[in-house]
Amino acid sequence: MKKVFGRPKSMKANIFHYCAGCGHSIAHRLIAEVIDELDIRGITIGVPPAGCAVLAYNYFDVDMIEAQHGRGPAMATGIKRVLPDRIVFSYQGDGDLAAIGIAESFHAANRGENITVIFINNAVYGMTGGQMAPTSILGQKTTTSPTGRQSVLEGHPIRVSEIFSLLPGTTYIERCTVNSPASILRTKKAIRKAFQCQIDGLGFSLIEILSPCPTNWKMTPVDSCRWIDEAMSKEFPLGILKDVPAEQKKGERRHAG
Amino acid sequence: MVIGEAAIRAGCRFYAGYPITPQNEIPEYMAEHLRQVEGGVFIQSESEVAAIHMVAGASAAGARSMTSSSSPGISLKQEGISSLAACQLPAVIVNMMRGGPGLGNISPSQGDYFQATRGGGHGDYRVIVLGPATAQEMADLTMDAFTLADQYRTPVMILADGMMGQMMEPVVFKEPQPRVYPEIYIMKGAGAGKSKFIRGLILDPLDMEEHNWTLDRKYQVIARKETRHELYGTDDAELILVAYGTGARIAKGAIKRLRNTGLKVGLFRPITLWPFPTNELRDLAKKVENFLVFELSTGQMLEDVRLALQGFARIGFHGRPGGVVPTPAELANVVTRQYDRKQGIIEHH
Amino acid sequence: MLVKTIFAGFGGQGVLIMGYTLAHGAMSAGYHVTFLPAYGAEVRGGTANCTVAISDDEIASPIASAPDYIVVLNTPSLYTFQNRIAPGGSLFLNSSIIAVEPSRRDIRIFKIPSAEMAEKMGNPRMTNTVMMGAFLKNTGLVTPDIYLASMEEVMGSKKKSIIEINRKAFTAGFEYSEEST
Repeated sequence: MKKVFGRPKSMKANIFHYCAGCGHSIAHRLIAEVIDELDIRGITIGVPPAGCAVLAYNYFDVDMIEAQHGRGPAMATGIKRVLPDRIVFSYQGDGDLAAIGIAESFHAANRGENITVIFINNAVYGMTGGQMAPTSILGQKTTTSPTGRQSVLEGHPIRVSEIFSLLPGTTYIERCTVNSPASILRTKKAIRKAFQCQIDGLGFSLIEILSPCPTNWKMTPVDSCRWIDEAMSKEFPLGILKDVPAEQKKGERRHAG
Repeated sequence: MVIGEAAIRAGCRFYAGYPITPQNEIPEYMAEHLRQVEGGVFIQSESEVAAIHMVAGASAAGARSMTSSSSPGISLKQEGISSLAACQLPAVIVNMMRGGPGLGNISPSQGDYFQATRGGGHGDYRVIVLGPATAQEMADLTMDAFTLADQYRTPVMILADGMMGQMMEPVVFKEPQPRVYPEIYIMKGAGAGKSKFIRGLILDPLDMEEHNWTLDRKYQVIARKETRHELYGTDDAELILVAYGTGARIAKGAIKRLRNTGLKVGLFRPITLWPFPTNELRDLAKKVENFLVFELSTGQMLEDVRLALQGFARIGFHGRPGGVVPTPAELANVVTRQYDRKQGIIEHH
Repeated sequence: MLVKTIFAGFGGQGVLIMGYTLAHGAMSAGYHVTFLPAYGAEVRGGTANCTVAISDDEIASPIASAPDYIVVLNTPSLYTFQNRIAPGGSLFLNSSIIAVEPSRRDIRIFKIPSAEMAEKMGNPRMTNTVMMGAFLKNTGLVTPDIYLASMEEVMGSKKKSIIEINRKAFTAGFEYSEEST
């Protein structure tokens, strides 16, 4: 009998601690599948964040080193510069990347560090109990914006992918989601492209994943998936924001023609 | 410059830092020279915070790693130093102390003693702290710092000040020791084997407690085996000054003056500030009753001296915080004001 | 022997390079030396000074409580440092711009019109080198040969012509020497 579905080699046989309907476990699995497919498990080093994914090393069967809140890209920089032939990825939430670690993330991108950042955007602080995130959308109720986020008081949600795509050091940036089978497949393809960019030595790649957090959104998993389509992706449009390899290919073709 | 050269000779292959006066000579030296060394990486980071975490990453990846800064920048690095201690990663951190608190000024000071010797960041940990007093010692201790950091898998701090940083003296570099650091601690991808992780997050309190005791046992070994100090003119002394770094240089000058007037004064100079050479200082109290602590601060090392000598000796104090560097003559005058052969030293309360 | 000298002036007058070059020269002559610069937060302007200690024994403190020699290139530095000189010590002042009389009577005073001399030689920036010639003539801390060799080494990649003109400035200072008491 042919086995069509199983645990990726780059995952440990541990049961996820994530809440029902959470997007982290899907993202973890996709990364592990990509690592398997690219056959880079033995040379990959991951940097998990502070936040719900802080225990990611319980799930990934690759070398991992924890970073303090927001410092993942700095740590990944140190690792990658010492071991340039290893594949280094940092896994970060919205608070980690867009608030406390915005400097580390922005500058690693601007230096064009040859690393991959997986950015989980669920518009809320999950682990600490549902506080407002830098990516919470206007009107979104959280425990620290109880009447809904107001731009005059709390500013606007930060569009990380759009901003980072302006930096010359970045090579591949795509915003995806994991709220449907189709979007999950699309996300996996994006992650694979990002890792491929790193393997090819092109520079900084970032995949932003709009990810459901039913517990802190106070919705059912199904409603959460719907909310991503109906509300969240209006603020954060899905799609490829930067694709240097594709642009280069186009340029070559034009040049040849 | 001396520190940079000593670090490179000691095998430092990764430096990250952010400019701050008075220590810019170190990143400038590294920018030019570390990159010329095979595998040498220099990064001017976006912040002190980023620098220390880059160092952590590089250290985990197996490179001898270093950062340097001055007081306000060291405050920013504390998050990462705590993390290095928790994850048991070796690294060397240089603090060229300036006047504080806050932005303070850029003049030599010793106001960061508490921060350095009490851990500095959050949590239950210690950092090995070395206090050089000459350019030669800056070179020697920088090289030793890398060895100690590897040996105990812990961050080591060179605690100097703007005067030590800017002073020029001839230096002879010693032969570096070959690095002894087990491969198992280096993170470089799992290969075909089992993956590993490095972490400081341990959610189970009992496990965390065990981790704390593990670290503590290590610190106790360090405290037992690694104290260093210098004795200067203590054999016949009736009064002993206790000072470190720049303070000790000034104290030596004062002692020469005082001895010319017939007053037999000696110096006890801690070289390791943590672990503090408590027993070695207490031994001196068996034959000498009067001690005077001199610091470029309002009295921080004074507390360690009290822990060592309280009840055994009389302890006086002279401090000049804020970036003021007094002359040996001033200190000599203070000694003659505070010390009387019949009544002993005026105790500081 | 332990001799301490303070060089002081405006930032940009080259007082740090004077001290540095002297320290470097004394080191190559086999002495123990310390060089301790002190300057303000400004990169140009402000005041700057440095202390050079030269000894045939280990140097305890690089700071000078009572320096043997003081070299001042501007008036504020004269006010700051003249009271520090050890009795019997020497004061070298740039008489081209320092018009005030030193108040000390227990020291030797050398008034060198170093700025004018440098200007006459075509480059006012060599005030410090002229002064250094006069200073070494009267103190003999190191020989002119050692100092000039040290100067060449410190200046390193600078143009030959600049080194040559500095040699001339040094010699002019060395040959001038008029003590006023």
